[in-house]
Amino acid sequence: MLQNYRLDKIGLVNREKQLSFKFNGKKYFGYEGDTLASALIANGVHLVGRSFKYHRPRGFFGAGVDEPYAIVQLYRNGETEPNVRATEQELFEGLEAKSVNCWPSVNFDIGAINNFLNIFLPAGFYYKTFMWPRSFWYRIYEPFIRKAAGFGVASKEHDKERYEHKYEYCDLLIAGSGPSGLASAYAAAKNGARVILAEDKPRFGGSLLTSDVSINNQSGKEWADNIITELKGMTNVTVKNRAQIFGYYDHNMLVMSERVTDHLPKSEEFTPKQRLWYIRAKQVVISSGSIERPIVFGNNDTPGVVLASAAKEYMKIYGVLVGKKPVVFTNNDSAYETAIEFKKNKINPIVLDSRQDSNSEIIKEAKSLGIDIKFSHVVVAAKGYKKVKSCDIAEISEDKQNLNQIKNIECDCICVSGFWTPTIHLASQSGGKTKFKEEIDAFVPDKSKQKEVTLGSANGVFTLEETLKTSFDKGFELSKSITNNNNSQQIPKVSEKKHSKHDKFWCVPLPKGKKYKRFLDFQNDVAVSDIELAIREGYRSIEHVKRYTTLGMATDQGKTSNLNGLQLVSNIENKVVPAVGHTTFRPPYTPISIGAIVGREIGKHSKPTRKSPMHNWHEKNNAVFVDAGVWLRPRYYKRGNEGLFEASKREAENVRKNVGVCDVTTLGKIDVKGPDAAEFLNRVYTNAWLKLPVGKARYGVMLREDGIVMDDGTTTRISENHYHMTTTTAQAANVLSHLEYYLQLVWPELDVNVVSTTEQWAGAAIAGPKSRDLLQKLFPDTDVSNEGLPFMGFVEANLFGVNARIFRISFSGELAYEVNVESDNGNFMWEKIIEIGKDFDLQPYGTEALSTLRIEMGHVAGSELDGRTIPYDTGLDGLVSKKKDFIGKRSLLKKAYNEKDRQRLVGVVPLDKKTSIPEGSHLVKDPKGKLPNPKLGHISASCWSVEHNNPFSLAILKDGKNMIGSKLYAMSPLKNKTIAVEIVSSHYVDPKGERVRS
Amino acid sequence: MLYIKCPHCGLRSQNEFAYGGDASVKRPELNKEISDQEWDEFVYLRKSPRGKHLELWHHVSGCRQWIKVLRDTSTHEIFNTYKSEEKVG
Ligand SMILES: [Zn+2]
Repeated sequence: MLQNYRLDKIGLVNREKQLSFKFNGKKYFGYEGDTLASALIANGVHLVGRSFKYHRPRGFFGAGVDEPYAIVQLYRNGETEPNVRATEQELFEGLEAKSVNCWPSVNFDIGAINNFLNIFLPAGFYYKTFMWPRSFWYRIYEPFIRKAAGFGVASKEHDKERYEHKYEYCDLLIAGSGPSGLASAYAAAKNGARVILAEDKPRFGGSLLTSDVSINNQSGKEWADNIITELKGMTNVTVKNRAQIFGYYDHNMLVMSERVTDHLPKSEEFTPKQRLWYIRAKQVVISSGSIERPIVFGNNDTPGVVLASAAKEYMKIYGVLVGKKPVVFTNNDSAYETAIEFKKNKINPIVLDSRQDSNSEIIKEAKSLGIDIKFSHVVVAAKGYKKVKSCDIAEISEDKQNLNQIKNIECDCICVSGFWTPTIHLASQSGGKTKFKEEIDAFVPDKSKQKEVTLGSANGVFTLEETLKTSFDKGFELSKSITNNNNSQQIPKVSEKKHSKHDKFWCVPLPKGKKYKRFLDFQNDVAVSDIELAIREGYRSIEHVKRYTTLGMATDQGKTSNLNGLQLVSNIENKVVPAVGHTTFRPPYTPISIGAIVGREIGKHSKPTRKSPMHNWHEKNNAVFVDAGVWLRPRYYKRGNEGLFEASKREAENVRKNVGVCDVTTLGKIDVKGPDAAEFLNRVYTNAWLKLPVGKARYGVMLREDGIVMDDGTTTRISENHYHMTTTTAQAANVLSHLEYYLQLVWPELDVNVVSTTEQWAGAAIAGPKSRDLLQKLFPDTDVSNEGLPFMGFVEANLFGVNARIFRISFSGELAYEVNVESDNGNFMWEKIIEIGKDFDLQPYGTEALSTLRIEMGHVAGSELDGRTIPYDTGLDGLVSKKKDFIGKRSLLKKAYNEKDRQRLVGVVPLDKKTSIPEGSHLVKDPKGKLPNPKLGHISASCWSVEHNNPFSLAILKDGKNMIGSKLYAMSPLKNKTIAVEIVSSHYVDPKGERVRS
Repeated sequence: MLYIKCPHCGLRSQNEFAYGGDASVKRPELNKEISDQEWDEFVYLRKSPRGKHLELWHHVSGCRQWIKVLRDTSTHEIFNTYKSEEKVG
C-alpha cells in the first residue's frame, strides 16, 4: 500500500525494512524505525481516537511523551495493553492497535452526542451531576461513567511477560541525552566518574537530531552520534536508550523504567519486557529538555492541529509529512525551522506570526526561501470535523484584544508553536523550589534540594552555545568533586542561528458572536470556558481549579496544558503567573506499567519458599503441602482416595492409638547464651526461670509491653549458660528482634547473646503411647525410661552415629518426644524413625492432624494468641508469676484486663454432635436477636475430635469461666450457618494431663 | 527510599532496615512502682514531631544491631546516626 505522506530522501527510518501492521483492523505498511504514529501519518491516517468527555475526534498532537491524544490499545504476542501512546510505540512487524474511548467505532461514535449536548458537561460536571439520588449511583451513573470513560481495557489474562528490577549505583546519573546530557556525560566520564546516561527515546541526541546547527563543523546528529559511540566504549559509562527516569525520590534515589523489548514483536525467552532500575546517584544531572506549548484558538483540538516541533520531527526523523498544505502559527522563531523544513521538501507553508515584525537570521532565511509570512496574524479557528480542512485567520491588534476581518484559507494541518516549557518534573520531585522566569514565561528550577543540577532547556536555556558550555563545565566540576581528577575537555565550537524574542501571546480572543471551544487540556477536554466557570463559581487555588475542572489530571498530566491553564487563571484573577503558582509534579513522569513495578515478585516469587531437609521424603510419600508462613509443610499424607478430612483423622487417631511422627523443623529456634541468660529469660517470660536445672525444659509465655501475649514455646537449659529457645513458626523473626531490642537498648548490662538457629536443626516430633518403645529402639544406648528421661526432660544422645537432642515435650497431649539433629542429618533421622517405626504402626502426620491433637487438648496456638489476648484470656494465667517483674507485667493491672466477666478460652461442642462449626463464627445467645446481635465470643479453632468422634472447637468467650455448661448459638453469616452448641472445658482430652507424664 | 548510614556497616538502603520508633523513650526500671499514667505514657504515647526526630532503626537484613538515627521527619534529611550505646549530641 502507498505511503502517500512519506518523503523520499529524508529521515532516519530504515527504508530497507518494510513492516506491516494493523490499525482498527486495516492493514498498513511502515518502516523499521517508525513509531505507530509516524507510520499512520505516512499513510494519511489522522483520526485515531475520541476525546474523554465530548468524544470529539482526536488525531496526533505531538511526537513523544507529551502526546495527549493518540492513545491506543495495543495487541502484541497474544497480550493486550491499554493506554499506549502511538507517538512512543515503535513499529514492529505484525503490530496491531485499536482506537479507544469510542463506541461503536472511531468514525461513528455515540458518545460524541455529548459534544452537542455540552450544556450537561461543564466544569465540575461530575461533582454536579452524579450527586443524587443516591440510588442512581450503582444502577445508572457508575455504569455510564465506566462505559463512557477511560482509555482502553486492561487484560484479564495473566501477563506472561517477565519484568525485572535492578539496583545500581553511580557517581553521575544523567536524565536525557540532548546537548546538555551528552556534554555533561562526556565531561564527567572523561574525568573518571561512573556515569549512567538515560534516554527516554530510542535515538540518542534529543534536539540535536532535528536542529539546524553545527558543532565542531559536524551536524548536531553527527556530533551526538560520535559522543555516544565514544561513551558506549568506556567501561565507567552505562548508556541506556528507551529508558525513562520517571521518579526522583529521597536521598538521590531515582527510578528508571527501561522498555527492553516493547519495540519487538515478542520478548526472547528469559528476557524481560521491561526493567525497573533503582539508581542511587551521588549527583544527578537533569537534562530533560523542554516541551513546546500550543497557542490556544478555536477548535484547536481538530485532528491536523499539531505542535510545530512535532511536524518538524515527523519530517526530519521519520520522513513523514503531517500535511501538504500547512499553516504554521507561531509567536516565536523556532517554528520557522518547521516552515523551512516544509519548504526544503517542496511544500509551501503559510506562516502566521502573532508578532508585529521580526528580522532575525532565521526569518531572513525563510523570507529568502520565498515563504509566505503574515505578521500580526493569528488562527482564529480550525475548520473541519475529523480533519482540518481550512482555518479562519485574522489580523490582530497590537494589544491582542481585537481581531480584524476574518478570512478563511484552505489548509490540511496547522503547526502551532507558543514557545517552550522546560521539563522541570524531576527537579520539582526532588523537593526543590521552582521560580518563574519572565523572559520565557515559564517555571524553571530554583535552588535544588538534593544533589542535582538542571541544565540546558530544562533550565530555560535555549541557546546551544550556552547549553554546551555550562554542561561541559558542570560535568567536569561535579565529576571532579567525586573523583578528584582534573581532566577537562575542550568545549566545542558551535554555530547556530540567533533567535529574536518571542511574543507573550498565548490565547486568541473569540471573535464577536462565536462560541468556539478553545481547549487547554486536550486529553480531558478542558476548555477556556471551563476554567472561567470554575473561577466564577469561587475556586481560587490552582490545586482546586485543577481538581474541579480536571485540568492536567489525565494520563499526560498536562504536559502541554498546564502553563496555558495558569496563564488563564492569572489573567482572570489579574495576578501574575508566579502568584498563581503551579500544581505539584508527582512521579511517575509518564504512566508506568504495573508489571514493571511488581517485577519478578509474582506468584511463588513474591516471597521465598522454605523447605525442611525432609521435604523430598514428604513429596515422595504423597504429602499434600500447606503454606505456613514462608515454609511449606505437609498438611496430610494422602492414602488412596482420602481427602483432607479422612487422612487427618486417620493420622490423629494413630497418634492417640499407636505413634506418629511429625516434621517440626519449622519451629523457630534461638540460642540464648551468656552468664546472664537465666536472668534475661526471667525478664522475657511471664513465669520463673532462675531455678530451671540443666537438662530440663520449661514452657514459657512472653508478652508485649501492653500485656498482650506475643508468643509461647519451650526453652531448654542445655548447659549452665546455654539455653535453646523455641518459638512458633510464625513469630520466629519477631521474637528475635524483640530479644535483640531488650539486650541492645534496654538492658545492655546483661551479658547475653542471641542468635537464630532455626536453620541449623531438623526436628521430628514423635507422639503416641508407643513413642517410648520406638525411642528406645532408636537410641538403644540412652535411658529413655520415665525416670531416665522424665516429662520436660532433655538429653543428648546418639542416633546411629549422629548427634541428637531429645526433648520430652508434647504438643499433642500424648506421651511425646522431640528429636533434633543437625539439618544435614534431618533426612537420615527421619528415614530411621520411619523404618524402625514400622514395628510400632508408626504413621507420619501433617499439620492438620497436629492441629486436631492440640485443639482437643486445649493447647493454645496462633489462632488464640492473635494479638488481642492476654494470658488470662487463653488460660495461661497460671504461668504468670506474681513475685517477679517481666516485660508487660505492669499492663496486666489494667482495669479492663481484670473485669469479672473477662473473656476466656472454652471448648465448644455442637448439640447434634455432627455439625462442624466454622472458624470465626460468633457466639450469641439468641440467633434471632435484633441486629446488631451482641457477640459474646468467637470460635478460634475447630477440629473433629478423634478422642470423642464428634466436632470440637475452641472459643474465646466473654465470662467464659462461668459459662461452662451453658447453651449458645454459633453463627457464621459467611457460611450461612447457625448451630446450637454447648460450652465445655477447653481440655477435652485427658484434662489432668496424665498421658504426657506416663 | 532513604539511605541510612549504619554505624556498623556504612551506607545501606532503607529496605535493609526496620523502623523502631522514638529512640528517646526510656523503659521504666523493673520492679519500680509507677503510676498508671506513667506506664501508659511509656506504652502508648508517642510524639509525632515535624522536624528533628531521634528514632530507632533495626538493621534486620544486615548486622542486626539497633541503631539511633537523627532524622527530619518532613525533609527526610538524616543528620547523624549512632550506635545503640552512643551518646547523642
Ligand atoms: Zn549494620
